[in-house]
Amino acid sequence: MSDYDTNTPKAPDTATAMDGAAEGLTGRTPLSDPIPVAPPKSQWADVWSQFTHHRGAMISLFILAVIVLGVFLGPFIWRADPQAIPSVVDMIKQRDARPVYVTLWDGSAKTTWANPLGTDNLARDNLARLMYGGRVSIAVGLLAMALSIVLGAFIGVVAGYFRRLDAPLMRLTDLFLALPLLPLILVGSLLFREPLAAVFGIEGGTFVLIVSLIGITSWMQTARIVRGDVLALKEREFVLAAKSVGTQPGKLIRKHVLPNVMSPIMVSATLGIATAIITESALSFLGFGFPPDFPTWGRLLNDSVDRMVLYPERVVWPGLLISLTVLCVNYLGDGLRDALDPRIRGR
Amino acid sequence: MTFKSALLGAAAAVALAPAAFAERGADGEVRIIYWQAPSILNPFLSGGTKDVESASMIVEPLARYNEKGELVPWLVDEVPTVDNGGVAADLTSITWKITPGLTWSDGSPFTSADVKFTYEYCTAPDGGCAQVTKFEGVESVDTPDDLTVTVNFAGPTPNPYGPFVGGESPILQAAQFADCVGAAASTCTEENFNPIGTGPFVVDDFKPNDVIVMSANSNYRDPAKPAFAKVTFKGGGDATAAGRAVMETGEYDYGWNLQLAPDVIAQMQEGGKGTPVAGFGPLVERIMLNNANPDAARGELRSVKDDPAGPSEHPFLGDPAVYKALSMAIDRELLVEVGYGQAGKVTCNWVPAPDAFNSTSLSCTPQDIAGANAMLDEAGYLDTDGDGIREADGVPMSMLYQTSTNAVRQDFQALIKSWWAEIGIETELRNLNASVFFGGDAGSPDTFQKFYADVQMYANTFNGTDPQSYLGNALCDKAPRPDSQWQGENISRFCMASFDELHAQLQSTAGIAERAEIGKALNDMAVENGAMIPLVHRGRLSAHANSLGGVILNVWDSELWNVADWHRIDG
Amino acid sequence: MLTYTIRRLVLAVPTLFFISLVIFLLLELAPGDPMAQVPLTVPAEVKEQMREALGVGQPIWISFPKWLYQFFVIEPQVLFDHYFGTSFSEGDFRAISWQTRSPVMDIVVQRLPQTLWVVGTAYVVGFAIAIPVGIYSAYRQYSLFDNAGTFVTMVGFSVPPFFSGVLVIVIFSVQLGWFPSIYDTTLVVNSWETFVKQINQMFLPVMVLALQITSQISRFMRSSMLDNLNQDYVRTARAKGLKERTVVMVHVVRNSMIPVVTVMALSVPQIFGGAIITEQVFKVNGIGQLLITAIEANDLPMVQTLTFIFAVLIVLFNLIADVLYGILDPRIRYE
Repeated sequence: MSDYDTNTPKAPDTATAMDGAAEGLTGRTPLSDPIPVAPPKSQWADVWSQFTHHRGAMISLFILAVIVLGVFLGPFIWRADPQAIPSVVDMIKQRDARPVYVTLWDGSAKTTWANPLGTDNLARDNLARLMYGGRVSIAVGLLAMALSIVLGAFIGVVAGYFRRLDAPLMRLTDLFLALPLLPLILVGSLLFREPLAAVFGIEGGTFVLIVSLIGITSWMQTARIVRGDVLALKEREFVLAAKSVGTQPGKLIRKHVLPNVMSPIMVSATLGIATAIITESALSFLGFGFPPDFPTWGRLLNDSVDRMVLYPERVVWPGLLISLTVLCVNYLGDGLRDALDPRIRGR
Repeated sequence: MTFKSALLGAAAAVALAPAAFAERGADGEVRIIYWQAPSILNPFLSGGTKDVESASMIVEPLARYNEKGELVPWLVDEVPTVDNGGVAADLTSITWKITPGLTWSDGSPFTSADVKFTYEYCTAPDGGCAQVTKFEGVESVDTPDDLTVTVNFAGPTPNPYGPFVGGESPILQAAQFADCVGAAASTCTEENFNPIGTGPFVVDDFKPNDVIVMSANSNYRDPAKPAFAKVTFKGGGDATAAGRAVMETGEYDYGWNLQLAPDVIAQMQEGGKGTPVAGFGPLVERIMLNNANPDAARGELRSVKDDPAGPSEHPFLGDPAVYKALSMAIDRELLVEVGYGQAGKVTCNWVPAPDAFNSTSLSCTPQDIAGANAMLDEAGYLDTDGDGIREADGVPMSMLYQTSTNAVRQDFQALIKSWWAEIGIETELRNLNASVFFGGDAGSPDTFQKFYADVQMYANTFNGTDPQSYLGNALCDKAPRPDSQWQGENISRFCMASFDELHAQLQSTAGIAERAEIGKALNDMAVENGAMIPLVHRGRLSAHANSLGGVILNVWDSELWNVADWHRIDG
Repeated sequence: MLTYTIRRLVLAVPTLFFISLVIFLLLELAPGDPMAQVPLTVPAEVKEQMREALGVGQPIWISFPKWLYQFFVIEPQVLFDHYFGTSFSEGDFRAISWQTRSPVMDIVVQRLPQTLWVVGTAYVVGFAIAIPVGIYSAYRQYSLFDNAGTFVTMVGFSVPPFFSGVLVIVIFSVQLGWFPSIYDTTLVVNSWETFVKQINQMFLPVMVLALQITSQISRFMRSSMLDNLNQDYVRTARAKGLKERTVVMVHVVRNSMIPVVTVMALSVPQIFGGAIITEQVFKVNGIGQLLITAIEANDLPMVQTLTFIFAVLIVLFNLIADVLYGILDPRIRYE
């Protein structure tokens, strides 16, 4: 599909407004532009229509919606309690059940429709645990990623664009890169756990603490990459042109610089979700995360590694769901980037 | 490989001990894995089990405990007792007679001066010796001649087998450590990493926190031992990996302390390359009950019992009906099955071993939820607002239950929480990083000494076979307090005058049978009066390759106590 | 460029001083006790004596300058002595690890080879695979190759090494018995046979690490290529009649390297920092394992020294990255 050299049909002028100044000066003045026939659409409607043409992104959007709805609404349909342990006799009877599909190749396996994905070693329902775990993991993943991306992009753009701020901000980045994560988390939880718990409640406080800790310890790479791109961008002609027509720095950054650094940000965002979900599990594993009977995908995966051979489903499902979520976000990012890029729009 | 090492071993034996049988080193290499890596080979400076046990292959004590907890002579011909005259009748001194002809691995003779030096080394000020309690009450160490050592105690000492006994108190070579006494102890890297000993192996290469390579001691007292010419002692990783390396892939011959769920062990055993072995010392997993009030509103006086400002008792945990109900609601048999398998036993006691000290008067099985509920109802703890949680004086009975992070402990927490919910007591769980939880940092709110929770779970044990100082952990004045920087062993803040009196009596009682009677009484007193809820008597589970012979798991001393007898068999 | 570099180097000194102070304060503030791993059977008074013997709990205005002196004055002397047989450092107190009571730097030097072998190889392998994959994926966007690559890299990135490491051990060590599950740090490579053994034991950890690295780098490479492939200069280059190969491999790749250079520069300190989880899983016992055990044992001198070494590397390689930006993209100007 080496179609980059085919003539890219241009969208109506309104849509290219964001890059208009640049286009004007780089000699890409669209001689070949079709004369607009349809009434001009809003930019975002245009972005959306481009987005819908991205097959991968649309499929991903659908799958991600299914996962999100599944974990947030699923527990209202599948009402098993992820923390409930049956009383003694039942527990011994019900624990370590296999998923129902195992009967396909192993008729003698211990399965029950009451627990379609089986039970864990304390007879808790795996399906319920996956759904409850997903709530936390997705929320932590998205929020921590968002925090780290916003921080990283902001610091990167500011450092790259304003020369005066470059050195101090980049030294700050160096500092954060050098800080050892674990002691930082220890100190963070020592200082902030109780005040946060007082404001948000115990679980809410832990949630806020984890999200912020992951967020503020993972923005540095994004910041450096964005800064690198901005350094190159700001010497480009279209930025010069925008400046020369008196565009204010704030607007210039929003309209011209930011859209052009979207792709490294998108990649960072995709990778950031996976990192956040895994980091959360590492924190729980080390004893800084959620209370121990509170499932998350990372924790389910972590706890089941020892029994990987006997009960592969306990690692496969959480692992698969984490991967699937990350994969979907990745394709969404791809689609979004393509849709936002006026040069490929309409392809 | 075997042929080559056999040749090497034979050559060594021929060169250095011409009269010996050419058996030393005949079995080549033995590979041991500890998932905690040794940091130092001088047990006086660390105290960590990993360090004490790895060093026990190199340096040895005068006598040590065998797998039954009995004292056996090691560098002496017999264990001194009152009967054989080795211990003075008034119990103020003990005299050891060193076996003649013993040499250090460098060939120099092993004398009483080395023993005396070890005492001086450990008790020197500023040395930071981890085993200094072994020498508690020692007034002086005399050396009438090269082979006689007399330890004089300040007062009658019913158990004189503290100094120079067991893996924690081995003998160092005076010549090697002469310049390392006191504040200089930390600077003697070379000595601490390569101690000269009398044991079956000598250090060839020590990489701290990673690996030790050892070879057979050519001056070892038994010319036929050790059977192995070389030891690779690897450290690091986790218990799962260690178990796998021994039982599934067969890369290692011995794996230490495999704290794994029973089904995981069983699955590994199917690998067919190794066998787990279990042994039981006095280690008990227990829930400590906070006898003081841990309410955050109490500020500085949180979890402090002897508060001058007013009542400091726990709002409800001090009531026998409550702690007995909590204990009755727990199904200990199930806990053992889920968490420890063959490495655990149900116990109702604080001191479950040695046998003489194991009280039989308490019972805690089977689980009795109905009985526990009845007991709480009777005591007036009722669920008045119908939310499933009982109230004590109008306040819901809700507890914070903390422990260190560890898969088995988290399973226990979840199970116990669900049982306590059935008797109308709500539990909130919390797990804390072990290095914070067990660390004594007075600045951290999360240490087990501070006990800013209602109940907490961990395991504890004692060294040797005499529980006197361990039972002393429940004395009133041992409670951690802010003015003592929260140091102290009485974690539950248990305080009972009659317990303190009986413990004082134990300290002056000599006969083993009498001591055992008092010990059992103290155990019952503490458990019955709400110091703790004992859960599981935990064993040590290690695994050895099927081709490794001579392994006798010993929980009273170093696990590697008889490494000189280990040999290769057809597995 | 040269003045810029010199200015940055000069600026690095106060930066590093500040970083080391912040790390020190952070470690001081963190809860923890070097005696946490001493068994509960050792009474509190004894632990207190042990702490005193180590100098734990000294006020920071004593311990921080002491550490600075040890790191910047004594350690270079020791190094000098080691190479030239002099004895400047005799009688000096070097920074001592609280766990092992031995000089911190000796252990670091002992650990470096394992880490450089395993983690370094993984990065080389990772980059060697990632860059071509990234280029080709972008060139043939949404082709089968691209989609398969995306899938594999995303799964590779979202599967944590504590799972993938154990998985490959179960498959290749337990079931098939092809590779050892435990890395032998005592192996000395001095012959073909030992070299083969070394490759054999490195294979699994390198594979697990390289998967992660490949996933990350190839994503950045691909997205950066995509951005550039649609630029006007590419069209111009084609219009000039340049060969497709030249257009892509010279013009586009060079311009796409900027974000990748950042990631690469940031990853060099990580090579020295080791890989904490992977080293643990395979018992490689390199720098990563050293750091995590030191943190768990609250071995402050060790953690401080290690993190400071990382800080130096980070500052240095970020500088290198900035210089590389200027070389790769002449439009970037530093004053």
